Amino acid sequence: MIRTPKDIAASTRMITRRALLLGGAQLALAGILTMRLRFMQIEQAEKFRLLAEENRINIRLIPPARGLIFDRNGIPVAENAQNYRIVMIREDAGDIDTAIARLRQLIELDPDEEARARKELHRRSPFVPVTIAERVSWEDLARVAVNTPALPGIIPEVGLSRHYPLGEDFSHVVGYVGPVSDYDLSRIDDPDPLLQIPRFQIGKLGIEAKLESRLRGSAGTRRIEVNAMGRVMRELERVEGIPGDDLQLTIHAPLQNFVQARMAGESAAAVVMDTGNGDILAIGSTPGFDPNKFVRGISVADYRKLTEDPYRPLADKSVQGTYPPGSTYKMIVALAALEEGLLEPDELIRCNGFITVGRRRFHCWKRGGHGNVDLEKSLQQSCDIYYYTIAERVGIDKITEMARRFGLGEKHALPMSAVAAGLTPTRAWKRARHGASWRVGDTLNAGIGQGYVLASPLQLAVMTARLASGRAIRPRLIRSINGIEQPAPEAPSLGIPEAHLELMRTGMFAVSNTRRGTAYSSRIVDERYRLAGKTGTSQVRSITKAEREAGVVRNEDLPWERRDHALFVAFAPTEAPSIAVSVVVEHGGGGSRAAAPIARDIVLQALHGGLPPLSAYPPGQRRSIEEMRERLSLRDFGTGAGGRIRT
Amino acid sequence: MSYLEYHLRSVPGGPRKILYLNWPLVLLLVTVACIGFLMLYSVAGGSMTPWVLPQIKRFALGMAIMFAIALVPIWFWRNTAVLAYAGSVLLLLLVKFVGVTGMGAQRWIDLGFMRLQPSELTKITLVMVLAAYYDWLDLDKTSRPQWVAVPVALILLPTALVITQPDLGTAILLVAGGAIMMFVAGVHWLYFAAVALLSAGAVLAVLYSRGTEWQLLKDYQYRRIDVFLDPTLDPLGAGYNITQAKIALGSGGWSGRGFLQGTQSRLNFVPEKHTDFILTILAEEFGFVGTISLLGLYILILFFCIASALRNPDRFGALLTLGVAASFFLFFAVNMSMVMGLAPVVGVPLPLVSWGGSAMLVLLAAFGLAQSAHVHRPRRMS
Repeated sequence: MIRTPKDIAASTRMITRRALLLGGAQLALAGILTMRLRFMQIEQAEKFRLLAEENRINIRLIPPARGLIFDRNGIPVAENAQNYRIVMIREDAGDIDTAIARLRQLIELDPDEEARARKELHRRSPFVPVTIAERVSWEDLARVAVNTPALPGIIPEVGLSRHYPLGEDFSHVVGYVGPVSDYDLSRIDDPDPLLQIPRFQIGKLGIEAKLESRLRGSAGTRRIEVNAMGRVMRELERVEGIPGDDLQLTIHAPLQNFVQARMAGESAAAVVMDTGNGDILAIGSTPGFDPNKFVRGISVADYRKLTEDPYRPLADKSVQGTYPPGSTYKMIVALAALEEGLLEPDELIRCNGFITVGRRRFHCWKRGGHGNVDLEKSLQQSCDIYYYTIAERVGIDKITEMARRFGLGEKHALPMSAVAAGLTPTRAWKRARHGASWRVGDTLNAGIGQGYVLASPLQLAVMTARLASGRAIRPRLIRSINGIEQPAPEAPSLGIPEAHLELMRTGMFAVSNTRRGTAYSSRIVDERYRLAGKTGTSQVRSITKAEREAGVVRNEDLPWERRDHALFVAFAPTEAPSIAVSVVVEHGGGGSRAAAPIARDIVLQALHGGLPPLSAYPPGQRRSIEEMRERLSLRDFGTGAGGRIRT
Repeated sequence: MSYLEYHLRSVPGGPRKILYLNWPLVLLLVTVACIGFLMLYSVAGGSMTPWVLPQIKRFALGMAIMFAIALVPIWFWRNTAVLAYAGSVLLLLLVKFVGVTGMGAQRWIDLGFMRLQPSELTKITLVMVLAAYYDWLDLDKTSRPQWVAVPVALILLPTALVITQPDLGTAILLVAGGAIMMFVAGVHWLYFAAVALLSAGAVLAVLYSRGTEWQLLKDYQYRRIDVFLDPTLDPLGAGYNITQAKIALGSGGWSGRGFLQGTQSRLNFVPEKHTDFILTILAEEFGFVGTISLLGLYILILFFCIASALRNPDRFGALLTLGVAASFFLFFAVNMSMVMGLAPVVGVPLPLVSWGGSAMLVLLAAFGLAQSAHVHRPRRMS
């Protein structure tokens, strides 16, 4: 049945009315959409454009090349060596286990490194390259490289890493770098974003640590486009960083090498200084350690070996080790007495082997005594009674004052780790430290550099340089930065009469060049190189009365750690001093026997600019010197690299 | 009974029918589809694969289906409307048992050569059955409660099935599309007002009961509603998508960053960029000019449909055409609002542009019905 025309008309009217209403509503909604589009795309376009840029552009840091370190003649001491490593990208490698197994068929993997890499692979995004083998050899790298088609996701890479070509020689001076640790971050208040780079290397010890800010340089930036996953798509812009400053040390690498080699097998330290400008020409401490091991990340076994060694390889004895200076302190005491007018150089003081002060006996090292002793003889033969006597006259205050003028008890400003201040005791210090008043016995002990007095080999070298020059020489370790010569520290006069200093020098000359001198056996016969020195022997134990009565026990019969420290300070050449040397051999026994020969060899090496002819040595010793030289393992610096020290 | 006064001789017959198709509409559909191809090409990073070629094939198939449907007389479609509706509801039931689960919802039936999404089919069969119902019903009975209850039931049955899949987007489209059909058919506006008031009341009750003793939903359900309404509360989950979509849309500016130059798209910041969020790519690469042009094309399509319906004295044909137009409007309006952050993200593709087989085929089939109504409309005897 078909609807009537009336119904049809009614239906059409209804539909038309409603359809128009609907169309209007739809148009209105479309209008809202248009407004919204206009609002977002035109009014807020800038904001969204910015957000889109922020999304896609990341700024990455480019680590700068660390500053290089050279010796005074440009021999590299710390450099940035190419380092081959193998990285893995998880998403390309597929199954990590099979990938690593495949790699292991080609090269050996360190288990620790592998465990760390696995952890990192799981933690990081799948496209981030993770190092699985660092410092691989060229052969291993090549083996991986030729097999890359069979090793998806494994990529051989070349990076820069710190390398110390001279190894142990500079371990204490230059120190080493290592990856920045959480501990470092908590300790350093440094906003440098570079520190946030995982495994970024910073100085941990020595110059590397102390001059970190100069060596590090500043970061470059790379503007890169990343996708939503953080994958780098392309580089948009690159601003190179500023490499760190190159440092040139005052140290003479061949001499430093000789110092370390000469002291090998001993627990010893030596410092060689230029008496003109304070340049440290060598500053050694044995045993050393290989700083490269620390850069790589030292193994637990190796580290334990270093910490458990009784010779303490990790300690820098040259600046950090402090020792009673023993008889090397006697010049200070004598100068104090002369300055106070309490001593005439030719005054004779009687030595019977001991003196009694109060109720205590103070012994001379020579049991029978030296008889009548004047100033020169007191130094030549290192008479203790003479110095007990004048120390008592002068008093501790004046002795300490004189010591401080020579840089003792002062923390010298060197960019090295744990530079020690040593100790020049005062009455106030003893009261504060020990809660006891100063006794005359303390003054007597200080008179022969025992008791409370402590000095580091560096301080002894500075002291000797000041004795030789009469000026307040300050030590200097950095010769130039980025090729710009650093000014030598000012060295004003000490204000000590030249006559007094000359008396000391004469005494020291006698020590090394006269028959009764304590270091006569370590004399130099070549007149150009002759040295003037002073021996010192510092007790690490007190000799009991019973021991003394039983006869003094020879050092050689004691266990190593109870033997005396051997010290020697010297300057040379005697006529026109250019270098000052200090040597301390821990538990080496007597200064004349253990320290003076080392100092002599160092002086000859420094002044001759290489191994001197045997004719510099006394004829009777040449044979043993030759044998000693054969045992020395010296580094070959090539022709022209060594040579004389130019200052 | 039917309102159709079939002056059969006035209806073109045979191959001549082709000439009487609504050709401007066909042209508009092709134009929009071409925009879709362009965008899919861009989304693939300037490549015909994996999306453009299959999409072109499916569009061709869809056009063929549209022409086939258009040439079948409209009274055939009226007579089979109930059957089609029943069939699609059966398929919806079937999908519950043999459906393929994908993206956390059970939506497809795997036919071997393609995956059929019965919920898409329902969008059109619901329109057909409602048009047929109101064609059959006497006009003066339209607003009587018992005769209002029938279409409500017809709407709610597939809606309930779709909602359990779960597919909230389609459910909303079904309800809205059905309601529009009822409105156009002449159901009294008080019904709509009442429903609007009741739902507003319910929503307010749910929201205001929060935190009180008579709280209507569980706390976690409220949190879900919060995130649904404001995705920025969940910046790494749902919020991330909408934020990135808005950035892409807004950063296009007036004329866009250029074809294939959209960084948000190129670098994969925009999620679902080939399906639901494809508008953002158009916006990013062609700017306001691009989006407003597409919106204009959509409105033109609406205009031609509504114009066709108004000139159609056949009640079934007119209602069907308006229903198709309304559904089409709902598709793009919901999708655009959602992409622009005006509406929650409910998973509605952009019609004719988004990648997706079922949606495009069903949409073109629906336009086929509108074309059939257009071709076979009764003409005044002259």
